[in-house]
Amino acid sequence: MGRIRAALGKSAGRADREEIDAYISQHAAGPRPRAEWNLIARFRDRVLSLASSIDQVASASEVPQALARYLRENNLPLQAVCWPEFTQLDWTAQGMNVAARPAKGSDLVGITGAFCAIAETGTLVLLSGKESPPATSLLPETHIAVVRSTRIVKGMEEAWSLLRKEYPVMPRAVNFVSGPSRTADIEQTVTLGAHGPYRVHIILVD
Amino acid sequence: MHFKARAGEKLRDTRLQQALAKAQGKFVHTRAEAILELENFEAYRDAAASIRDRVIRDLDLYLEQFEKNASARGAVVHWAETAQDVNRIVCEIAELHGVRKAVKSKSMVSEECALNEALEAAGVEVVETDLGEYILQLAHEPPSHIVAPVVHKTKDEVSDLFEQKHKKPRKTGIPELCREAREVLRPHFLSADMGISGANFLIAETGSTLIVTNEGNGRLVTTMPRVHVAITGIEKVVPTLEDIATLLRLLPRSATGQAITNYVSINTGIKSRDDSDGPEHFHIVLVDAGRTKLLGGVMQSMLRCIRCGACMNHCPVYQNIGGHAYGWVYPGPMGSVLTPVYAGLENALDLPNASTFCGECAVVCPVKIPLPDLMRNLREQQTEQGLRSWQERLALKIWAWTALHPGIYAALSRIAARILKGMAGGGKLLHYLPGGHGWTDGRDLPAPEGRTFRELYRERRR
Repeated sequence: MGRIRAALGKSAGRADREEIDAYISQHAAGPRPRAEWNLIARFRDRVLSLASSIDQVASASEVPQALARYLRENNLPLQAVCWPEFTQLDWTAQGMNVAARPAKGSDLVGITGAFCAIAETGTLVLLSGKESPPATSLLPETHIAVVRSTRIVKGMEEAWSLLRKEYPVMPRAVNFVSGPSRTADIEQTVTLGAHGPYRVHIILVD
Repeated sequence: MHFKARAGEKLRDTRLQQALAKAQGKFVHTRAEAILELENFEAYRDAAASIRDRVIRDLDLYLEQFEKNASARGAVVHWAETAQDVNRIVCEIAELHGVRKAVKSKSMVSEECALNEALEAAGVEVVETDLGEYILQLAHEPPSHIVAPVVHKTKDEVSDLFEQKHKKPRKTGIPELCREAREVLRPHFLSADMGISGANFLIAETGSTLIVTNEGNGRLVTTMPRVHVAITGIEKVVPTLEDIATLLRLLPRSATGQAITNYVSINTGIKSRDDSDGPEHFHIVLVDAGRTKLLGGVMQSMLRCIRCGACMNHCPVYQNIGGHAYGWVYPGPMGSVLTPVYAGLENALDLPNASTFCGECAVVCPVKIPLPDLMRNLREQQTEQGLRSWQERLALKIWAWTALHPGIYAALSRIAARILKGMAGGGKLLHYLPGGHGWTDGRDLPAPEGRTFRELYRERRR
């Protein structure tokens, strides 16, 4: 700190500190895209462009059926782990075996919710916590995210406001997920499924 | 060996030239498309430059805020004055927590310090997990690009390397190669004691580190092991989450042409009693290693850099020789400025000259760093400190003297124009120039028409 202050040729006074605090607490936003999107349409459009897939159902009770259909169509196993909030859904009626626990390295399908979703970029915002273990969206080859369409916000700025309102203390991990994991390290050729999921499938619930 | 000699070598390396030809223009094209989505891209660049300047102006105070907020959440902030300090601190952390294996996501700052060697000497196994960095670790090579570290290698070279090192049947398709690496690396993520990451940004408001990745290795490294060490430069601090939003609209677009990277991971503090995963210990190592030398001086704007790599992607010199010729961690125009400043001007004599001054790097820089101006300034410093050859300095002195004496200048240029015309023998191009083979070896010099500009100007004005 001494070296930094000497190089900047200044001393840190109280007035300076107050100015910094004032700037931070303003949370002033920078320039933003001006378009007035239909949030759901924009989100859907971005999600598809990121090589994820998306489905929409009228209520949470329809999620197991929609998910089982997706898994069968893609030749994926009907076994999954899920966040605790989905343990009440009737999975067995769809022939599915779903355990409410954090994912381990061997689990192939992980079902999560989302804190919110960002229309501008087609991004899921996931928070860490007891009810929302991050490993479930990370270790399995297929990540299923169940998102309430009322939780789609315009941009990052709205996501931050929502976060400050609902979580006075910043969760340990805030993860943005925008599509399946990918790499272009070999010959700049985009390949899906690097270290995280190969597939991200989003089920919007009205 | 100096840049000039290495550059010559790289131009003759046919495998490298193949790899560079495949990469050429890809990032240029994707960036150009991605910035069109943001109407008035200049406003975003201005905003980003001003966020970075705001921080640099009060770097001490923003770092103080960051440390206070990070510590409140159980992270331990370490200050490293030199690269050696970084290695010492990280080795001490490893020892403190009984670490035997570390998984690492990409960190250019750790490349500045040669951290892997230091940890291995301390008995810690280090596994690079970014696919590109992993390939380089197997090949014992340094990265040649800050975003696409293995851009200098072809797919066939990767196939050969994996076959030899993994001892599995040879794969030739890129998806199969990627899956093989995933399967080899996954057990390491789950068994490592320590995760080492960089940080693209530090958020003063919340005391968080932020990393952007596409592969997901950054998330794994910061989630699975019981110890997380984040290493980054002191200049990476940003005031608020709103400022992060502005910078995130620019960083991936400028780097790879993505509107956003696959993952943005913001980590704050250690796992709580309720959390099922996350590190029990979180150490943040903030590195100076030459950065304070830039504060308050003419090179200060270089500290705005957010490491997107756009300057090298758009540089005609980089495009033709790749990153290794630059000799240190940071290639391209940003490296031509950072290497002399961090490693000493006398150790990087050619770098400020490794540019055609076409100016493209300054045009694409998302935080508006005037890179050609900074290189020009370094050239001046080299000449003033007597670091250039005596012939070059003498030639410049003679030129400066004649330029201050218009009569003599006019006479000499009249003579030179006529001699050069004579040498071209009626042709339009000179293929050879005594004492000027540095120019004529690679290209022809257009021959003067026989009269100087001033002669023609005077004649036409009449």
